[in-house]
Amino acid sequence: MMIWAIFAAMTGGAIFALLWPLSHGGKAAFADKADAASLYRSQVAEIDRDLARALIGSAEAEAARAEAARRLLRATAGQAAPAGETEPSLRRRRASSALMLSVVPLMALLVYGVYGSPTAPDQPLAARVAEAGPRQDFAVVFARMEAHLAANPGDARGWSLIAPIYLRQGRYDDAERAYAAAARHGRPEAEIWAGLGEARTLAASGVVTASAREAFSEALKQDPGNARSAFYLAVAKEQDGDRSGAIAALRQLLASAPPGADWAGMVRAKIDSLEGAPARDAIASLPAGQRDAAIRGMVEGLASRLEAGGGSLEEWTRLIRARTVLGQKEEARAAALKARERLGQDASALAALDALTDELALKEASP
Amino acid sequence: MIVEIGHYALALALGVSIIQALVPLWGLSRHDRALASVGASAALVSFALVALSFAALVASYARSDFSVANVYANSHSAQPLIYKLTSVWGNHEGSLLLWVLILTLFGALVALSRNSLPPRLRAGALATQGLVATAFLAFTLLTSNPFQRLSPAPAEGQDLNPILQDLGLAIHPPLLYIGYVGFSMTYAFAVAALIDGRIDAMWARAVRPWTLLAWIFLTLGIAMGSYWAYYELGWGGWWFWDPVENASFMPWLAGTALLHSIVVMEKRDALKVWTILLAILTFSLSLLGTFIVRSGVLTSVHSFASDPARGLFILLILMAFVGGSLALFAWRAPLLRQGGLFAPVSRESALVVNNVFLATACATVFIGTLYPLALEMVTGDKISVGAPFFDATFVPIMVPLLLILPIGQSLAWKRGDLLGAAQRNAAAFGLALLAALALIAFTRGGPVLAPLAVGLGLFLVLGAGFDLGERIAARASGWPAMFSRAKGLPRSAWGTAFAHAGVGLSIIGIAASAWSSEAIGTLKPGEKLTAGRYTIVLESVSLRNGPNFRADVARFQLFADGRELAPLEASKRVYTARAMPTTEAGIRTQWLSQAYVSLGEAQGDGLAVRLYDKPMILLIWIGSLVMAFGGALSLTDRRFRLAAPRRAAAMAAPAPAE
Repeated sequence: MMIWAIFAAMTGGAIFALLWPLSHGGKAAFADKADAASLYRSQVAEIDRDLARALIGSAEAEAARAEAARRLLRATAGQAAPAGETEPSLRRRRASSALMLSVVPLMALLVYGVYGSPTAPDQPLAARVAEAGPRQDFAVVFARMEAHLAANPGDARGWSLIAPIYLRQGRYDDAERAYAAAARHGRPEAEIWAGLGEARTLAASGVVTASAREAFSEALKQDPGNARSAFYLAVAKEQDGDRSGAIAALRQLLASAPPGADWAGMVRAKIDSLEGAPARDAIASLPAGQRDAAIRGMVEGLASRLEAGGGSLEEWTRLIRARTVLGQKEEARAAALKARERLGQDASALAALDALTDELALKEASP
Repeated sequence: MIVEIGHYALALALGVSIIQALVPLWGLSRHDRALASVGASAALVSFALVALSFAALVASYARSDFSVANVYANSHSAQPLIYKLTSVWGNHEGSLLLWVLILTLFGALVALSRNSLPPRLRAGALATQGLVATAFLAFTLLTSNPFQRLSPAPAEGQDLNPILQDLGLAIHPPLLYIGYVGFSMTYAFAVAALIDGRIDAMWARAVRPWTLLAWIFLTLGIAMGSYWAYYELGWGGWWFWDPVENASFMPWLAGTALLHSIVVMEKRDALKVWTILLAILTFSLSLLGTFIVRSGVLTSVHSFASDPARGLFILLILMAFVGGSLALFAWRAPLLRQGGLFAPVSRESALVVNNVFLATACATVFIGTLYPLALEMVTGDKISVGAPFFDATFVPIMVPLLLILPIGQSLAWKRGDLLGAAQRNAAAFGLALLAALALIAFTRGGPVLAPLAVGLGLFLVLGAGFDLGERIAARASGWPAMFSRAKGLPRSAWGTAFAHAGVGLSIIGIAASAWSSEAIGTLKPGEKLTAGRYTIVLESVSLRNGPNFRADVARFQLFADGRELAPLEASKRVYTARAMPTTEAGIRTQWLSQAYVSLGEAQGDGLAVRLYDKPMILLIWIGSLVMAFGGALSLTDRRFRLAAPRRAAAMAAPAPAE
């Protein structure tokens, strides 16, 4: 409401200032004679000055003076006589007052009404940052932090604070960058390395890549009891096909858990899911020779099915991985080439394949 | 609340401007002074409102209020305060508000100068100015509103375009706008004269200060923009015949012509129709410049606002004001009384020649700028009209103009003595020619035209000096007499001399660029590069952090002719918010010459470096400053403030009668 009162006052002030000359009109008509006379008088004076300085000759000066006088006569002749305060002039004043009283507020309200936001308060940054406690604007603080780190890229503590936030926001690449920066600039702690590994893993859609493993190993070197690293390394074992090894590692991790650790439930769930996969379990329980044959059989089956046509990126990825794990590098490369051919239209798939061949060290053979 | 008050003030100003355009016109047609005087108070109110609005926007920028879309898009909380403030006009919406602010400021000044303007002319001019203000306020509010709000407010702004974060560009637009908008005032006076059907020497005298003011600021604005391009863009050039530069240069040429033709009109009551036409054309060219820069017809460093809707709106404004005024001109100009004839050899004839040359030069630039645009629109072919075109056309037009300038300057009004004028300038011409010949002899094997151009510049400087000396010393003997004559000389005579000498200085600076030399190399620390008199040795490259940028700073040892000078730094900056790089050239000034170092990309373990030796380059801009100073001297000529006390007395007398 306050703001409308201010608007009303502004409008009133503007209209009042516009109406002022109508009520204090003074002379109603123009009198240009005085203006013209003074100009030509000064012009004649100038001619005299020029004559004194010998800039023009006396004959020319005489002619110029005559010309100025002629102009003066012309300027003052034919002027309408002053009309004074007449009835029509009063009517004109009333009409133009009405025009001002209507046009100015209507125009302002129309335009402001369409484009204005009278209810929006000012939000200067300083006031927003200063706002205390839980009502603090998280986005503002976060932006400040980012700006601070952009300006001070060597602030390890800042990086270590912002990295978990990135991780939680799903910005895995940023998280990886932040963790790496924190580790590089003097905080090579177990949690930082573990975070780096986790960011790399999540960035690879859950695959514990070689570089992630390096990070986890580094974390365990700093702190052998680092649960997060132990967990992900166990997952890595599972992804390598070593299910029993994975289960054993997870059980060991669970045994070492302090009472009431919040991650214990997650580990238990992982163990349950690993133990409750019967088909794979059946293969795992076979004697070593037979198990190998069974796996090879499954891989060949997948390969021939994909050879026949179709196949998603996911299936191709599985095939390439399996070939690599089985030590069949040549076949893996061939599969990667074929996959590139088939999925050639999909740029993101190509990128994923590139990343995969990179990771599995198949790169040198690809064209 | 401040933001909304600013927004409402702008909307209110639109209403007031409509009144300013309508009521005084009615008053004029009915010879009703009370109605006509509404224009003055409306102009003052409108200025106050726009100033309030501008202050609100400045406050939003200063406080980084990102709930304002314009602040969010063009500013960053980490910017130093000065750039937060200059960000206000570093974008389309804000600069338009500045445009309108200056427009209304001129209106207010005209409203306040009651004593030096005939009332009918003042009323007509204020009404025309109200029309212009209405159009631009509507344009601002409807298509380019700087007060648009965002909800929720973003946490951080997107920063100002980094190449605009520079002190040079902070002051360039306001100067240029004062120039452009100042010509809107002469336009308004011209239209007022056409409406009134009366135009005489008094008109010329009333309009001349406003033209001068606009011309001074336009000169400074162009010079500033050129110096900015020189040190910020890192190419070592200072004028590129870029359409955006031409857009400001055309009004300057037309404005210079106008300045001279107004003098003829004031002294001899002649050239009336031509002067009116020039006044209209000058502002039209200013509008055209605005249109070119903002419609997205071309992209350039000033590439903000490329929105077709805005382009269309500006095109409509352009058509309305140019077309409307030219139609009015065609209708009313034949009614104007022509002035008398004048002798072929006289100051006024010389000024006519000046106008012919300047108008032709302006037309040349106009063709060179617009022809490629028109061709691209019609056939889709892209051609580039650059320096070669202008060297081949513009320069040959300017050279004869400048050659006869000193002679015209020393001719008398009405009937001049050509032989006498030539004799008076013979000494200056001889000295300049000698200097040019000496230069040719000294720099044997170098460029031939450059020494002649230096001679031309020298001729202008000496001619201006000798003309002044002539006037002071002509009939006076002894120092005291000469001193009193110098004091008695009208300021405008001093101004003329300074402005013409300034042109000469600039010409010398431009000509001297023929001797500049350039070297490009890839340097590792310890390696050296030589261009002309200067040698640099790369000392180190280090990283440095600014408030909102990171910079790679290269430090060089600098030697001039084998003598070691203080070390020099050049840098490349990356502004973090926009991840945009800029170059900051390292410049060392030695008297009037400069060593100029600019960094390129890092190549392997080396750094690409350009080194320029720029002899006498500063003269280009010093010349412009001297020109502007001459204009300012002319502006303070007391003859412009005519008969003030007498008019005030006449006003006071009838007041009690009411």
